[in-house]
Amino acid sequence: MAHATEELVDFDEALDRYDPALGFEVHVELNTATKMFSDAPNAFGDVPNTNVTPVDLGLPGVLPVVNKKAVEYSIKIGLALNCQIAEYCRFARKNYFYPDTPKNFQTSQYDEPIAFDGWLDIELSDGEVFHVEIERAHMEEDAGKLTHMGTSGRIQGADFSLVDYNRAGVPLVEIVTKPILGAGKRAPELAKAYVAAIREIVKNLDVSDAKMERGNVRCDANVSLMPKGTTTLGTRTETKNVNSLRAVEHAVRFEIERHAAVLDSGEKIVQETRHWHEDTRTTTSGRPKSDADDYRYFPEPDLVPIVTTKEWIEELRAQLPEPLAERRKRLQADWGYADAEFRDVVNAGFLDAIEETIAAGASPAVARKWWMGEISRLAKNADVEPLDLGVTPATIIELNSLIEAKKINDKIARQVLEYVVAGEGRPTEIVEKRSLAVVNDDSALGAAIDDAMAAMPDVVAKIKDGKVQAIGALIGPVMKATRGQADAGRVREIVLEKLGVEG
Amino acid sequence: MPAISREDVAHLAQLAHLEMSDTELEKMTGELGVIVDAIKSVSEAAGNDVPATSHPLPLVNVMREDVVGQTLTQEEALQNAPDAEDGRFKVPAILEGE
Repeated sequence: MAHATEELVDFDEALDRYDPALGFEVHVELNTATKMFSDAPNAFGDVPNTNVTPVDLGLPGVLPVVNKKAVEYSIKIGLALNCQIAEYCRFARKNYFYPDTPKNFQTSQYDEPIAFDGWLDIELSDGEVFHVEIERAHMEEDAGKLTHMGTSGRIQGADFSLVDYNRAGVPLVEIVTKPILGAGKRAPELAKAYVAAIREIVKNLDVSDAKMERGNVRCDANVSLMPKGTTTLGTRTETKNVNSLRAVEHAVRFEIERHAAVLDSGEKIVQETRHWHEDTRTTTSGRPKSDADDYRYFPEPDLVPIVTTKEWIEELRAQLPEPLAERRKRLQADWGYADAEFRDVVNAGFLDAIEETIAAGASPAVARKWWMGEISRLAKNADVEPLDLGVTPATIIELNSLIEAKKINDKIARQVLEYVVAGEGRPTEIVEKRSLAVVNDDSALGAAIDDAMAAMPDVVAKIKDGKVQAIGALIGPVMKATRGQADAGRVREIVLEKLGVEG
Repeated sequence: MPAISREDVAHLAQLAHLEMSDTELEKMTGELGVIVDAIKSVSEAAGNDVPATSHPLPLVNVMREDVVGQTLTQEEALQNAPDAEDGRFKVPAILEGE
């Protein structure tokens, strides 16, 4: 399908003239065993239309019953987002016709969300913090999965669609922010960091699998611009289908550039949904807000109200894991990393890995060295996520003890890691199999050193004159002779010994 | 002023995906008007201090444990589908709403 090319204004230029306002609706799929209102399994990737009960298919005469665990997970999310928890709330029917919703309404919450008035402090990569206010978090259910069949594979021009209702009724919590002002040029970064934070929180709470690629966490991004110096929010667009962290960042950036061009030309922004296209990194017009958005919410008569007590909420609060921000503070203090070092570790997503490595017996410095250094480098070369390389804390501990025992040097250790990643076995085995142990045998080393000194009498003369740093010239040939397995420190000692020079 | 206008009925019909002729719209406007008037007497009896009743029974927190129960088979699920393919419900291409 041909998209009309949108006029864009350069990002920096757009933000010289306009202030952006952001807003996010993030849907989180809970990882309960069963669905929100039926006892069908909540599972991903099963045979189509097998995880369904008459409730999920919206058959006549059925009675939904609320999943208690889903309510408790929702309350936990609310607490983790610093929200108030409603003492009393109801479910509501949101009425619309769409084939992925077999009941012809979605059971949701309307003006009585389970959690409201929260906040979250979002830290960007350089440490700047934005305070994001959470308007509400409410419970609802997911829809079925539509597959559009036809030549285009897209909804436009589809011949027909196939529906799998396994996902219909999966518990969802929708988290809605208040308008976020003042992000300026950092709006795209903030968007990405906010969604990343939500994902981390629900993962830390263990209430969601939090896999964006599976749609466990999905984001609709609202963007509007107002001319600098004004305070009235501009007309917003809502970009749907932004389902990776990178896409969230790109979509916000694109919409800012597009809005600026529309406003610059004196036109008005149409309040509409926009569709994100990952391939072209652009949005296209969806449908404008219309009469069809008249959802005629009313209280769900088949589900009685939820009443929370202080005792219940406190019981759930007591089950919350250590808040992420506090955990970070504690870990940084324990590990003694500088602010910048720690931030790099967090940004690289290595907190858990390093914590496990240290717990397994490595020093904080050693753990950081391997994860931020060689493991990251290997992953980058292989174009995979570092955590997917399969390096375990045990591997790091073993490599490090080989280094400390002077069996191998740093350089060989890096090679050994490559062999480990390639599946050749454990470091000790590899060192043995490949005969990589450092030559510590002084006679073998001595012979190599004698050869090197004989070949470079001028260097030897310099060392004798007290220019000890000239030893460096000897180390290269010695390393070559020993296939890199010499310990440079030991070479230095032997040379000084042989020449009777004080180091 | 009538409680419900012909435009209201046309709008509701559209939301409900019902096609109604002019005669039907006319007739329904009158009938719905009578119903709305009848229900008005409720708001006369209940003042602003009486919250709207959504649930007539004094029940709250009817919940179930998170335990998997009996599901339908794919054949059962698709039994009444007007059309099916590949184990899924087959529906006409969706033109509106996107």
